Amino acid sequence: MQAHQRMLDPTPNGLHSGESPLLQTLGLTKRYGDFLANDSIDIDIWPKEIHALLGENGAGKSTLVKAIYGLIQPSAGEIRWQGARIVLSGPSEARSRGIGMVFQHFSLFDNLTVAENVALGLDGRESFKDMSARLEQVSKTYGLPLDPKREVWQLSVGERQRIEIVRALMQDPKFLILDEPTAVLTPQEADQLFIVLERLKAEGRAILYISHKLEEVKRLCDTATILRGGKKVETCNPRLETAASLARMMVGGEIKEVKAPAGRQTTVPRLVVNDLSLAPSEAHGVRLEHISFELKGGEILGIAGVAGNGQDELFAALSGERLSRDPGTVVIEGIAAGHLSITQRRKLGAAFVPEERLGHGTAPRMRLSENALLTGHAASGMVRRGFIDTAATLKTVDRATETFDVRKAKRDPEAASLSGGNLQKFIVGREILRNPAVLVVSQPTWGVDAGAAAVIRQALLDLATAGAAVLVTSQDLDELAEIADRIAVMFHGRLSAPLATSEATREKLGLLMGGSSLEPKEAAHAVGA
Amino acid sequence: MQLVLEKRAERSNTIALVSPLIAIGLTIVTMTILFAILGKNPLLALHAYFVAPLTDSYSLQEIAVKATPLVMIAIGLSLCYLANAWNIGAEGQFLIGAVAGSWIAVKTQGTDAGAWVLPAMLVLAAAAGALYALIPAICKVKFGASEILTSLMLVYVADLFLDYLVRGPWRDPHGFNFPTTAEFDPVATVPLLIEGGRLHLGSIIALLVVAAAAILLGRTIKGFEIRVVGAAPRAARFGGFNANQLIILTFAVSGALAGLAGIIEVAGPVGHLQPGISPGYGFTAIIVAFLGRLNPLGILIAGLFLALTFIGGEQAQIAMKIPLDVTKVFQGILLFYVLACDSLILYRFKLVFPNRQVARGTG
Ligand SMILES: Nc1ncnc2c1ncn2[C@@H]1O[C@H](COP(=O)(O)OP(=O)(O)OP(=O)(O)O)[C@@H](O)[C@H]1O
Ligand SMILES: [Mg+2]
Repeated sequence: MQAHQRMLDPTPNGLHSGESPLLQTLGLTKRYGDFLANDSIDIDIWPKEIHALLGENGAGKSTLVKAIYGLIQPSAGEIRWQGARIVLSGPSEARSRGIGMVFQHFSLFDNLTVAENVALGLDGRESFKDMSARLEQVSKTYGLPLDPKREVWQLSVGERQRIEIVRALMQDPKFLILDEPTAVLTPQEADQLFIVLERLKAEGRAILYISHKLEEVKRLCDTATILRGGKKVETCNPRLETAASLARMMVGGEIKEVKAPAGRQTTVPRLVVNDLSLAPSEAHGVRLEHISFELKGGEILGIAGVAGNGQDELFAALSGERLSRDPGTVVIEGIAAGHLSITQRRKLGAAFVPEERLGHGTAPRMRLSENALLTGHAASGMVRRGFIDTAATLKTVDRATETFDVRKAKRDPEAASLSGGNLQKFIVGREILRNPAVLVVSQPTWGVDAGAAAVIRQALLDLATAGAAVLVTSQDLDELAEIADRIAVMFHGRLSAPLATSEATREKLGLLMGGSSLEPKEAAHAVGA
Repeated sequence: MQLVLEKRAERSNTIALVSPLIAIGLTIVTMTILFAILGKNPLLALHAYFVAPLTDSYSLQEIAVKATPLVMIAIGLSLCYLANAWNIGAEGQFLIGAVAGSWIAVKTQGTDAGAWVLPAMLVLAAAAGALYALIPAICKVKFGASEILTSLMLVYVADLFLDYLVRGPWRDPHGFNFPTTAEFDPVATVPLLIEGGRLHLGSIIALLVVAAAAILLGRTIKGFEIRVVGAAPRAARFGGFNANQLIILTFAVSGALAGLAGIIEVAGPVGHLQPGISPGYGFTAIIVAFLGRLNPLGILIAGLFLALTFIGGEQAQIAMKIPLDVTKVFQGILLFYVLACDSLILYRFKLVFPNRQVARGTG
């Protein structure tokens, strides 16, 4: 058996001959009905290694790490830990053996302090005081500064992730799994994370790192295992590959370039925001102040900015999830809509894609057809005299599946069973297929693989070419540079004047994102307004 | 060693189906122990509860008669619960419906009023039940008052109001001072389905309500709205559905159904208005709704099952002198187990051995 493994899975750099891997999966298989989410995967993780796990959306990455962490039971195959076979009954057993995991979506309570959140996630029975002391010590040791007494709502996304990492480190894991940790981080926050990961590696720990950002994988990782359609296709040294060659292995072909179709013309204003100010609806929200912009048909406006500067509040005000007193603050297709509900705004031709896929953009426990109905009931002929036309809802699912290559185990699964990127493709598809006049979309390619991201960006460009007005909020400046005509920056609830994309250099955007203004004169003017 | 509840990664659909059966099994085990403690032969008691009522036609009809209000009320409650609106006061809405409908019966008594009387009673009872349920719903939406508390409090208000009426203004002058109205006229009485039997038109109405709820939840946009608002409130708001409107709507519908059940009970099996017309139908229906998994067909089955416990309880009292209150104990234990077993759909039990040693071993 031992010899057999070696042959199956030659270590790429030949460094490890003689020792045994820290963790090994052998023929690990996870089946959902007839669908193989993981098909006989062999993977070796060695100590002192940062191991990347790459693959398209739905390739089976999260499924594999969930099995290793004991969250799901494999259908076949085995997991070996330090050479011995283990069967994990659940995450607490994985943790007690020294396997830690940081999930992409945080599980923190906003109104509790950092220390309380950490205490809730630990299995041990040490006193709260001891635990707080250890928390402070661990966070100091690793250069992950955290104030145990702050409440979570006051923290940035990067700081929240720090809590999750410190919580995992307090269990002193020999092996740490991170599922798309940088998807939500600013570049600076990501850099800080990499320093910590290098240090953990130097201490002899192993790390399994899932990411769609190939440049960062090349920089950080020693080994990469690539999954495609649930199967392992390759184990390689990412430093010897290019981002393009890694992407080719992931998709098994070339990735399409996003092309801005020629001859895009701007037409009439389709979305106008006039001096929109709105008090926050929740205690921890941001106040929107004097936001104005005009978006014409055929145009894509990008909104950049660090998360938590009012982007969510702006989305709610534009979509009609929050109404404003003055109808004239939001004008859709020439009609004052500030006081109209989200359904009425959809009837005017607007469509919306929120940032959070599960629980906001979709009801997780409902089928895709029901989620098509969720936003389609107002204007897409899915409802006749109060009765649901199931065939029409299914048709939307099929069309979105086909147009955007949504990969799923069956025709009409629950939304929660789709992989993150595939659900995103479905949501974007659902809205674009309605041919909206105005599309407001937040983080369109969060956690979406390179190939699918290209498909989504292309769709947004095509929609604008067809005459729609598109508003894209994104933290990814490269994405905005690729598709937007103009870019504005959100800071502390205010929106800067948009810059033409050609003039929006990283330096200028960086200044605006940090709250400085480009010219002192403009600032004076803005205050006067 | 420690027993912990751990979240399942995947929702267990098998457990979702068998959890009511597990709950019933556990309840029966507990009841067996309870009967033994009461000094009764558990086997005979269980036989009296669950088997004897199924063996003669009178009891079978009586089960359907008892199931009628339970099912009608539980269907309304299930709409509320699906939409995350917690109506606990169906008992009060049941009583108010009975009172409002009886008002027409009392006022037309002895006159030559025609066939309009019964339909008018049904409509008025439903309207009164709905209005009564709207009180907690509006307090919830306007002032944020807990609908659980307010709807429950209003049960006692309704109970005392009924008591006042039958002891005061509506008391039958020839009733030897019993607190009851006179027997309703034939035009104010729910017709029987079998001459000389117990089964009445109300059971047909209950079946229609079940069918209507199944269509509402499965086929219409309103039903979808109810399910989304409960299952994913934020997504529902994004879908353009208004949770507050739904609280109002589902409370009104469940109040109307409870009120309708109330007048059908009074104008049917009871025949006149008096205190104690309900052995706690409005509360037992909460158990029916959950045991039936908030699903119309499930509620129909669960309603028949709980009706069986009412009849069985009466038989056990007659045959073995087991106190009637044991039926309430039974129903309470059942609800407890139903809710407990439901958590197994999303969680599982696990034995954990303390192994901090391993966790901190090296590194
Ligand atoms: N509970 C489930 N039931 C049915 N199918 C599932 C379930 N969980 C996952 N799948 C399917 O398994 C496949 C792999 O999903 P997984 O979440 O592992 O993908 P991933 O590689 O992490 O993708 P992403 O990059 O989008 O996060 C997907 O096609 C998904 O639809
Ligand atoms: Mg994933």
